[in-house]
Amino acid sequence: MLSVLSRARQLTHRLAPVVAWRRSLQLRVVGTTLVASGIVVVLLGLVLLNQIADGLLHSQRKAAVAETSAGLKYAQGQLSVLGDRRDPALQATLLNVGRFLSDRGGSGTLYDVLILPPAGELEGVAPADVDLTVPPDLRLLTSRLQQGYAYTREPTPEGQLVPALVVGAPVETAAGLFELYYVFPLQSVEQTISLVRRTLLTTGLVLVLLLAGIAALVTRQVVTPVRMAAHTAERLAAGLLQERMVVRGEDDLAVLATSFNDMAASLQRQFAQLEELSRMQRRFTSDVSHELRTPLTTVRLAAEVLHAARADFAPEVARSAELLQAEVERFEALLTDLLEISRYDAGFAVLDPEATDVQALAARVVEALAPVAAHYGSELVVTMPAERLIAEVDPRRVERVLRNLLGNAFEHGEGRPVELTVAGGDDAIAITVRDHGVGLRPGDSSRVFHRFWRGDPSRSRQTGGTGLGLSISLEDARLHDGWLQAWGKVGHGAQFRLTLPARRGDALTGSPLPLEPSADDARPAAPAGGSRA
Amino acid sequence: MKGRILVVDDDLALAEMLGIVLRGEGFAVSHVSDGERALAAFREVIPDVVLLDLMLPGMSGLEVCRAIRAESGVPIVMLTAKSDTIDVVLGLECGADDYVVKPFNPKELVARVRARLRRVDDGVPEALSLGDISIDVPGHLVLRDGAPIGLTPLEFDLLVALARKPRQVFTREALLEQVWGYRHAADTRLVNVHVQRLRAKVERDPEHPEVVLTVRGVGYKAGPP
Repeated sequence: MLSVLSRARQLTHRLAPVVAWRRSLQLRVVGTTLVASGIVVVLLGLVLLNQIADGLLHSQRKAAVAETSAGLKYAQGQLSVLGDRRDPALQATLLNVGRFLSDRGGSGTLYDVLILPPAGELEGVAPADVDLTVPPDLRLLTSRLQQGYAYTREPTPEGQLVPALVVGAPVETAAGLFELYYVFPLQSVEQTISLVRRTLLTTGLVLVLLLAGIAALVTRQVVTPVRMAAHTAERLAAGLLQERMVVRGEDDLAVLATSFNDMAASLQRQFAQLEELSRMQRRFTSDVSHELRTPLTTVRLAAEVLHAARADFAPEVARSAELLQAEVERFEALLTDLLEISRYDAGFAVLDPEATDVQALAARVVEALAPVAAHYGSELVVTMPAERLIAEVDPRRVERVLRNLLGNAFEHGEGRPVELTVAGGDDAIAITVRDHGVGLRPGDSSRVFHRFWRGDPSRSRQTGGTGLGLSISLEDARLHDGWLQAWGKVGHGAQFRLTLPARRGDALTGSPLPLEPSADDARPAAPAGGSRA
Repeated sequence: MKGRILVVDDDLALAEMLGIVLRGEGFAVSHVSDGERALAAFREVIPDVVLLDLMLPGMSGLEVCRAIRAESGVPIVMLTAKSDTIDVVLGLECGADDYVVKPFNPKELVARVRARLRRVDDGVPEALSLGDISIDVPGHLVLRDGAPIGLTPLEFDLLVALARKPRQVFTREALLEQVWGYRHAADTRLVNVHVQRLRAKVERDPEHPEVVLTVRGVGYKAGPP
C-alpha cells in the first residue's frame, strides 16, 4: 500500500510539468503561442532573408555584367589596333588597359580587373594566384568564347578569403584570345546580409517573447477571475456560505461573478431557511416530548394506583383499570418510538460512542429479555467468541437494536429456538438473530424496515410492537455507519444481521457473519403460507 | 424512618399524583411549583431526597440543582422528559445523583427514591486508604493529607465501593448495582458522569487520574494503594 503510494508520488513528481500543463490554462495558452509564433517568425525570417540576399546579389550581378561589357568594349578597341603577338607594344598596352579599367572602378576596392593572355603565353601578366580567384569552370567557358560569371572566394591582402563575384569575357584580337575577368568582392554584400540576418533573428526572438507575454497577460485576465470563482466555489462547498466574488467592471467576467454571487446568496438563503425549519422541527419535537410526557406520567401513575387497588373494585371497573394500565403502557411505547423516529427525521440524533464490551452488552439484553423468551416458549441459543470484543459503539442504541431484533424473533418464532450469534472481525463486529418462524416473502426483506409495515394486514396485532422498532433500528445502524439487513424465506424463518464498524468513523467493507444461513440450517421449520407481521 | 421528600415540579396534576404515590409508600411529601421558591422550601423542609423537574418556569431545574448542591449533598433525583444524552449529562453534571425519564411507573420511581435513602451504616469502624487519600467510612470523611474533601453521599459511596477492593476492576453495570441500587441494566452514563465529578474532587490532576482509573472497554478500578 505504502509502496504504491510512494510510486504514485514519484510518478507525479516526474510528471510534474505534464500535470502543470494539463492543469494550467494559462501555461497552455502561453506555450501554444510561443510555439506557433516561433514557427511563423522563423518561416517569415527565412523568406525575408532569401529575398533580400537574392535582391542584393542580383543588382550586384547586373552592375557587374554591365561594367564588364563596358570594359570589354574598351579592351577590344585598344587591343584590336595591335598586330600579332610579337607586337612589341603588346605588353605595355595590356598593362595600360588593365590599369585603366581598374582605375575606372574608383578607389580600387570596388573591383579588380585581370586580363589574361592566351594560355601558355606571356607569363607574368597574370597574377600568380589567378587559379585561386577564377574558378576553372569559368575559364573553360571564357576560352570557348562565352561570357559568364561565377561566385568564388578571393584572397585579400591580409590572406583571408572573402566571397567574390567573377565575371569573365573573351577578348578576340589579332594576337589571340585574351580573357578579361572582373572580380567584384562581395564582402559588403555579405556583411549586409549577415546584418539583416542578425536583425531578423533578434527581432523575431523579441517578437515571439512579446507575443508570449501578451498571451500570458490576456489569459491572465480571463483565468484569474475563473480561478477566483473556482476558489470561491470550493469555499462555498466547504460550508462558508458568506463567501462572495469581487465584481469589477461590467464585462462578461463581471456578469459571471454577479451570477455566481446571486447563486451563493440564494443558496445561503435556502440553507438559512432549512436550518430555521430544522431548528423549529427540533424545538417542536422537544416541546412535544415534554408537553406529552408530563401528562402521560400523571395518567400512568394514576393508572398504576388504580391497577394496584383493582381488587377492591367491581369486576367491570377492575377490568377497566387493567385495560387502562396496559394501554397506557402501549401508548407510551408508541410515543417513545414516534419521538425517536422524529428525532432521526429532524437530523437531531447524535451518536454517543464509547469502547463497549460487545458480549457483555449482548448478555445484558439476553438477560433482560428472558421473561419475553419464556412467555413465547422459545429457547434462546447464544453463540459468542471466547475472546473479548471491544467496539466503539453507542451501547444504548445497540442494546435497543438487539432488544428489537430479539423481541421480533420471539414474537414471530412460533416457539421454536431463536439463535443469537456474535462475531468480530478485524474492523467490524456482527450480530445475527435467527428465528425459525414463518419467514419472509420475497421482497419483504427490505419492506420490514418500513414504518408501520405489516406482513399480513389481515392478521390482527396481538403483541405490543409499535411498528416502528425495525425502522428505528435501521436508523440506529446507519448512525453508526453500519448495516442492518434482513434475510427470510417463507417457511424457513428469518435472519437479521447487524454489522457495525469496530472503530468510530471506519467504513464497512464486509461483515464477519453471512447474512444468509447455511443451507442445512435453512431447513423448513414451518409450513409455508404464513408470513411475518 | 421513611424520609421526607421535596417535589419541585410546575405541573400540579403530576405533583399531586406523585404525592399520592409517595405518601402511599409512607414518605412525607412537600411540594413547591417554581424554581425561585425551591431553595427556600428546601431550607425549610430539609428533605432526605429532592425530586426535581428539569424544566421549570423561572429558574431552570439545572440552576435549582446547582444551588441546592452548593449548600448540601442531599440526594437529587431528576425528573426529565428528555432521554437525550446531552440533557441527561447536563443534569448529572449539575449535581443530580440519578434521574428518571417521564413517563415512569411508580415502582421505578419508588425504587430510585429508596435507593437514594438507603444508607448502609453498620457502625463498624472501617478506615480505607488510596494513595494519599484516607477514608473514614462510618464517619463519612475523606481526607487528603489531613484536609477534608467534601463529597456528596453518592460520590462517597462510589469511592468506598472502589476503595474496598483496590485493583479489582468494576464494570459500570456492577457499580450501578452496588452504588445506585439498579438491579437491571441501566444507563451507564450515570457512572461516567459521577466518576468525572469524583475525579474533579479527589484527583490532583483529573486529566491524569491516579485514584480512580479507567480500564478501557471494561470499567473502573481504584488506583494503586
